[in-house]
Amino acid sequence: MAGIEVTALHKRYPDGTVAVEHVDLSIADGELFVMLGPSGCGKTTTLRAIAGLERQTTGDIRIGDTLVNDLPPAERDIAMVFQFYALYPHLRTRDNLAFPLRAEGLPKAEVQERVDEAARLMRLGPLLDRRPHRLSGGEQQRVALARALVRRPRAFLMDEPLTNLDAELRADMRTEIKHLQGELGTTMVYVTHDQVEAMSLGHRIAILNKGRVEQIGTPLEVYDRPASLFCAAFIGSPPMNLIEVELADGHLRSKSGLTLTPPPNLPRDRSLIAGVRPEALEVTEPGAEGSVPGRVVSAEWLGDEIIYVVDHGDQRDVRVRMPLNVRFAADAPVGLRHTGGPPPVYDASTEELVA
Amino acid sequence: MAVSVNEAVSAGPARDRTPPARRRRGRGRAVVETATLTVLAAVMLFPVLWMIETSIKENRDVYAIPAKFFDFTVTLDHFKDVFVASGGGPTTLSGSFLNSVIVAGVSTVLATVLGVPAAWAYSRFSVKAKKDQLFFILSTRFMPPVVVVIPIFLMYRQVGLFDTKLGLILIYTAFNVPFTIWMMKGFVDEVPAEYEDAAMLDGYTRLQAFWKFTLPLLLPGIAATAVFALIFSWNEFVFAIFLTSSDAVRTAPPAIAGLIGGTTVDWGLVAAASIVFALPVLIFSYLVRKHLVAGVTLGAVRR
Ligand SMILES: Nc1ncnc2c1ncn2[C@@H]1O[C@H](COP(=O)(O)OP(=O)(O)OP(=O)(O)O)[C@@H](O)[C@H]1O
Ligand SMILES: [Mg+2]
Repeated sequence: MAGIEVTALHKRYPDGTVAVEHVDLSIADGELFVMLGPSGCGKTTTLRAIAGLERQTTGDIRIGDTLVNDLPPAERDIAMVFQFYALYPHLRTRDNLAFPLRAEGLPKAEVQERVDEAARLMRLGPLLDRRPHRLSGGEQQRVALARALVRRPRAFLMDEPLTNLDAELRADMRTEIKHLQGELGTTMVYVTHDQVEAMSLGHRIAILNKGRVEQIGTPLEVYDRPASLFCAAFIGSPPMNLIEVELADGHLRSKSGLTLTPPPNLPRDRSLIAGVRPEALEVTEPGAEGSVPGRVVSAEWLGDEIIYVVDHGDQRDVRVRMPLNVRFAADAPVGLRHTGGPPPVYDASTEELVA
Repeated sequence: MAVSVNEAVSAGPARDRTPPARRRRGRGRAVVETATLTVLAAVMLFPVLWMIETSIKENRDVYAIPAKFFDFTVTLDHFKDVFVASGGGPTTLSGSFLNSVIVAGVSTVLATVLGVPAAWAYSRFSVKAKKDQLFFILSTRFMPPVVVVIPIFLMYRQVGLFDTKLGLILIYTAFNVPFTIWMMKGFVDEVPAEYEDAAMLDGYTRLQAFWKFTLPLLLPGIAATAVFALIFSWNEFVFAIFLTSSDAVRTAPPAIAGLIGGTTVDWGLVAAASIVFALPVLIFSYLVRKHLVAGVTLGAVRR
């Protein structure tokens, strides 16, 4: 087992596409590290560079203490699970699992033992004699995971392994992967564009955008204090409300008059944007204390909560998360007020967190 | 139990009332269809049938007027004449068949051995100006053989490839490699690169990964491509007639064409030789027909 160190990674494809602009990652031994980002931000490219399937243009990759820049994939001792599972179609499950071990030249008895162990871990017993085309998507995925396990590699790389599964199965597999990783204690780099998956799996999350790292932090840090407007808009469902504010007599005030508690050490003379989570706002009766007048534009009923879209006289409507016991009709006049602590505040021009 | 049986019985006639009519109409239509298709097939296949008949007729029946369709004596003499010379020993025609087998076989193997890895490389690796290269490769097929045969004839005479089997093999390979690359690239594109990636992570080199995982999945495509290449080399006429002069090198198409002409034409021999010539390709295509269809559709359907 080993940590993974990626320094100043830059990847430019021969056709001129810059897939990765500049990425630094420091992944600890035994960590479940998630790379999260929108489509095309360079997640797969970064992962493939770590695996050795793609040669980076510049930058260094270390696995454990070894500089692996010039090592072929076979010598990096890592296992990868692909979005498309890549089970060998002409081999039965058993042989698919045994394959990497036979490639290493392990003795038969040990191969057998390791295959059985992986099959037990992933509950593949009844599937061992089937070929991939006779397995369901979820089963194929379990086999793919098991095939990664048998090698006992120094690290797992997962490229959106759950994308092809339906929602329910995805939630199950998520739990399973997290549990397994904890059990084995093997370093895992997990790539996804699904923020829910990232939040629920990762010890730490790296948010990538256009080939750069926007933020690295625990799920809580990433949720509470997104490092940039991009992260703020990417994390959370619905994401943060981005409200233009001004600092005036000790308060942050929006154009509509909505008042927020300012964080300390706010720089002056800049246009600022506050990131306000939907749960840090409250829809009230019109005229309630500390509220600004507004109007309900629409209400999305999500079962255990309601998301109100409220027009409060600002350019952009805000989204407010409310419990079920408070109901407002669409188009009803309401009040809107901020209830949480100081929100993260961003510089409107650099789009970076300032306080 | 009894009730359900009764129901079934009583429902029977009522349910049956329409289907017979439809069935009868269906049968009528089937008869018309079958008849039409039979007539069409007969028209299409008549030359082939006539060739087969001619090849097993005695010479006097071949030239009989009115033509004899059924009441002729069957003989296999023409087939014997294809292979055995009148004084015993093999005929020059049989030598030509052997030449065809060698030239078509070797050029197909060469084209496959060269073309498949090339197709793989074009599919998997980023190659500079890949599109232009591929277009250039394809463009070599735009030209009809007749256009280039004279320059090639002159060049071959200079380098001593004129009237050699090697010369024919090389020119057929040159024509089949582009075809193989284009057709096989489609097949390789269909095989996800992840198989090779996974194999490389499992400890194989890139070439081993190709050899062990991609190649087996490509076999249907290779079979289909090779059959097409084989048919091209087997049937090729223009180069064969321009680039050979001796009976020892000549392949079957010009040799058979050479049977026609002169004062008398032994049509029985021509027909028999043509059948012998057509058979190998037919048999080969029949054997790989499953792969052929799978191959052709696999290559054609984009995901
Ligand atoms: N082989 C390649 N040649 C040229 N450009 C490529 C190649 N592979 C990827 N790219 C480009 O590099 C960029 C990053 O691709 P990458 O596959 O790393 O994105 P990703 O973050 O994994 O996206 P997704 O979530 O859609 O999988 C994209 O703009 C893509 O078009
Ligand atoms: Mg990707």
